[in-house]
Amino acid sequence: MPEPHAPTPAGDPTGAPAIELVDVVKRFGATTVLDGLSFAVAKGERVALIGPSGSGKTTILRLLMTLEEADGGFLYVDGEPYTHEVRDGRRVPIPEKRRRRVRRRVGMVFQQFNLFPNMTVLGNIIEAPVHALGLAREEAVARADRLLEQVGMADKRDARPTALSGGQQQRVAIARALAMDPEILLLDEVTSALDPELVVDVLEVLRTLAETTDLTMLIVTHEMQFARDVSHRVLMFDRGRIVEEADPETMFTAPTHVRTQAFLKAVLG
Amino acid sequence: MTGGLWSWEQAAAALPPILEGFRVTLVATVVGMVIAAVLGLVIALVRRSAGRWLTVPVGLFVELVRSTPLLVQLVFVYLMLPSVPALVIGCTVLGVHYATYLSEVYRAGIEAVPRGQWEAATALDLPRARVWRAVVLPQAVRNTLPGLGNYAISMFKETPYLFSISVVEMFTAAQQYGAATFDYTEALTMVGLIFLAVSYPTSLLVRRMENRLA
Repeated sequence: MPEPHAPTPAGDPTGAPAIELVDVVKRFGATTVLDGLSFAVAKGERVALIGPSGSGKTTILRLLMTLEEADGGFLYVDGEPYTHEVRDGRRVPIPEKRRRRVRRRVGMVFQQFNLFPNMTVLGNIIEAPVHALGLAREEAVARADRLLEQVGMADKRDARPTALSGGQQQRVAIARALAMDPEILLLDEVTSALDPELVVDVLEVLRTLAETTDLTMLIVTHEMQFARDVSHRVLMFDRGRIVEEADPETMFTAPTHVRTQAFLKAVLG
Repeated sequence: MTGGLWSWEQAAAALPPILEGFRVTLVATVVGMVIAAVLGLVIALVRRSAGRWLTVPVGLFVELVRSTPLLVQLVFVYLMLPSVPALVIGCTVLGVHYATYLSEVYRAGIEAVPRGQWEAATALDLPRARVWRAVVLPQAVRNTLPGLGNYAISMFKETPYLFSISVVEMFTAAQQYGAATFDYTEALTMVGLIFLAVSYPTSLLVRRMENRLA
């Protein structure tokens, strides 16, 4: 019987979790998307978030990237408070400077790639290492070339993003996120905007990445086979709550919750 | 008056002062446009990111400039600052006047940069100043080029207002020539043709730019 709460082969069982959410609340206007959500992800663990659209999966990634602000609760990265902390018994925001120091350990790949169209592929990748990490240009270029090789885009180094297919753009975006050497990688429906024939290459890059690194990954995806292949644990979301959590084998072959059964039936046919 | 409707001798005689005036027109347009382009961007950035202590006065100033005629602004500043050369005042007032319009062009250009660009910059932890300089402004300025071109043409055509502060640009030169010779036809016709010869091709160029960006 697999142990659902600590399946972390590459993890470090004594340290703090890589990511921890405690009682997180997020509202958009009158709609409460997350209502007191708590869960933790161990270091090196790869967790897939599945569930119907609007169930709050993407919001979780956006909160962890500080693209949204939680209305309540706390986020921790490596045990460090990330956006808010308790001081004198009150929940107060953390100064931007400390927030940035923590954020530097987190990278994200977006559904719409979001490459910078005014820069070349290489320019996209070295931009942040040079200007956020302060790396020397030559060093950043060497790192970029290595990563472009890794994602199979070395020959497009000097191309503009607009000249690339969606799948190629997404592979560049993956290289760009990795160039910051993050400990945690957030993948937000990275194949949803791609034509079906382009999905394979992107997933292949990510599979290899999962097999060869100990990156902590939080994966929001509709590609169930991919979730099953690369994740250590799957969380099934519905209306901002985790309705079921299990190892991928159990989740996809013997789901217990009625919502999970209905959802998997709908997406897998 | 000379005999016919049009005299080529008159035209030839009027041409040198008109070309001299054209030089002044060009200087006023180019300098005015540089001021407008830079100041317009500053206004757009201030109104977007500064605190209320700055956005409120800047907003009031923009409304004031837009709600009063260029002609009145020119004469007012000219009379208030008698020691400043008229051409300097002309360029500056044109520049400031148009800056208030260009700030809106920039605002629209900045807003047209997709939200995903900001989000990617945040995810990459780029410093705020770098996001503006390397990511947002290059894309925003690209969006604004046709707008800047149209306002440049418009400013070019409004340089005759400098007449009111005795700057001898092209139109004033033709006026003076006419007043001296009692013959306005050739001089004013040529001024009109020169305006047309510059504005029309430029507007075609701007339209091509718009189509390329669309």
